Amino acid sequence: MNEIPNRQAICDVLRKEAKSDKDIVVLCSDSRGSASLTSFANEFPKQFVEVGIAEQNLVSISAGLAKCGKKPFAASPASFLSTRSFEQCKVDVAYSDTNVTLIGISGGVSYGALGMSHHSAQDIAGMAAIPNMRVYLPSDRFQTAKLIKALLLDEKPAYLRVGRNPVADIYSAADCPFEMDRATVLLEGSDVAIIACGEMVQPSLVASQMLAEKDISATVLDMYCVKPLDIEAILKAAEKAKVVITVEEHSPFGGLGSMVSQVIAQNCPKKVVNLTLPDAPVITGTSKEVFAYYGLDAEGIANKAIVLLEDE
Amino acid sequence: MENLKVLSYDLREDVVDMIVEGKCGHIGGDMSVMEILVALYFSQMNISPENQNDPNRDKFVMSKGHSVESYYAVLAEKGFFDKTDLIANFSKFGSEYIGHPNNKIPGVEMNSGSLGHGLPVCVGMALAGKMDALDFRVYTVMGDGELAEGSVWEGAMAASHFGLDNLCAVVDRNRLQISGDTEDVMGHDVLQDRFSSFGWHVIDVADGNDIDQLNAAFSEAKTRKGKPTVLIANTVKGKGSDVMEHKENWHHRVPSTEELKQIRKDFALKKEAFLNE
Ligand SMILES: Cc1ncc(C[n+]2csc(CCOP(=O)(O)OP(=O)(O)O)c2C)c(N)n1
Ligand SMILES: [Mg+2]
Repeated sequence: MNEIPNRQAICDVLRKEAKSDKDIVVLCSDSRGSASLTSFANEFPKQFVEVGIAEQNLVSISAGLAKCGKKPFAASPASFLSTRSFEQCKVDVAYSDTNVTLIGISGGVSYGALGMSHHSAQDIAGMAAIPNMRVYLPSDRFQTAKLIKALLLDEKPAYLRVGRNPVADIYSAADCPFEMDRATVLLEGSDVAIIACGEMVQPSLVASQMLAEKDISATVLDMYCVKPLDIEAILKAAEKAKVVITVEEHSPFGGLGSMVSQVIAQNCPKKVVNLTLPDAPVITGTSKEVFAYYGLDAEGIANKAIVLLEDE
Repeated sequence: MENLKVLSYDLREDVVDMIVEGKCGHIGGDMSVMEILVALYFSQMNISPENQNDPNRDKFVMSKGHSVESYYAVLAEKGFFDKTDLIANFSKFGSEYIGHPNNKIPGVEMNSGSLGHGLPVCVGMALAGKMDALDFRVYTVMGDGELAEGSVWEGAMAASHFGLDNLCAVVDRNRLQISGDTEDVMGHDVLQDRFSSFGWHVIDVADGNDIDQLNAAFSEAKTRKGKPTVLIANTVKGKGSDVMEHKENWHHRVPSTEELKQIRKDFALKKEAFLNE
């Protein structure tokens, strides 16, 4: 089982690139440890800014740095980054169009039993609603690395969310197909289309294997690019399927599920079911326990598909 | 009266039990804040399970919500809920005792966990007290790292603007936060000047883990009219055992079996010394 969390993959790319690109600046808000960026801070003290526990400051300072030619990567727990500094993200980053990459770490319910103050179940909704803000939830460490490299090549704002715990590999160093802003098709099938993002891609893939054993064929899309959403891939997957399931570590409102449902309703109406966290503080537990409780694990996803197909 | 110095160590033992049982916890800040909470709940504040619904009782917001284990231990000792139940269920699946204050639990006023909220919320409470001509007092405890949040200073400004002498804030000045020494992360060495320039009465508590010094400061705060008071309580993160004291990597940690043995031994020695005082 892979033991490298996606956040570590981000640090590895930044450490490699920062050697030759002195404009790369990493900013943290007493969050370097949880962001796995301590080694970056030690290795590149001149390219590292610690602002203390001050997320609003973090984002505005990043915007100022970007305006003067730097390439800031601001890393802070997704819960605080996406809500405490929401206006700074909207005005100083997206609206002023500054080249800031916002890295929401310990996303979703990564913090488990620490409670709703520490969960980010509304970050996709909030960030995606901001014009000029892109939203990415990479699935595994290989894709995360490719995404960071791609983001280094453009100069536009982006919000990216990763979880705290290692995710089982979906890709490999040798085999990680990646096209910017294009979903990765992991599997093509004809009964059900499962569209997932972030940490939910891995259990979706496992679910598709469980379904295969029951002769149910599934399409699985890794929709790491929640915004801009890969509409073409959604339509292609949906057209073939009897039913579409979206899976995300997010509230039921305004996330991947809402967005996919919108696209399908407009273009090829058919049943779409959104698997999400509840519209309530989640039950106390580790993220694994929380996922299992709300049916966001492989069993839950597979069972949902079976029930839906029986109804068809 | 109960020996509050000893009680502080009894409660430290509860905190350690809770963290070991729940397999998580912000132990360093729990230890530094303990005497502040004990002084407030057992000497200063007019608050108990019996007067919970009295609008004129004192109010408390745990702004540094991650030190929830100490807060829960104090509330359980006050009789707000059952201690055995707390220790058995802290942070467990389905439990109400989550890893930050949760106001579904009796005695907890406000949910916290995101730093920098407590002071402005207390400004609201203290303002309400003034509006209704009630004489309850409002207290909050903040971490020193927490003071980097701008919202703290917005609240500080408002508290003095409204002349909230019914508000008393405490800074748990343990000089550490997650990334190390506060002075390296975001310095606060001019903290007294900062608060006094914001119009606050500032009391420096030389030893913020000394119940007597804290009580003297809280009593002085009650006599200051026209402005809010802040106690800069100079505490020790991880207070109570050399295993943890002044150590940044004890911010969030579960002690090993070895460490646990030493910690318990150190607590016992401290208690014995207090009893022989
Ligand atoms: C708004 C916000 N940002 C970040 C965090 C994560 N966090 C939890 S505790 C902590 C360090 C707190 O340091 P300090 O205020 O000095 O507390 P203490 O030393 O008393 O534990 C941080 C950054 C948080 N809880 N809230
Ligand atoms: Mg501190």
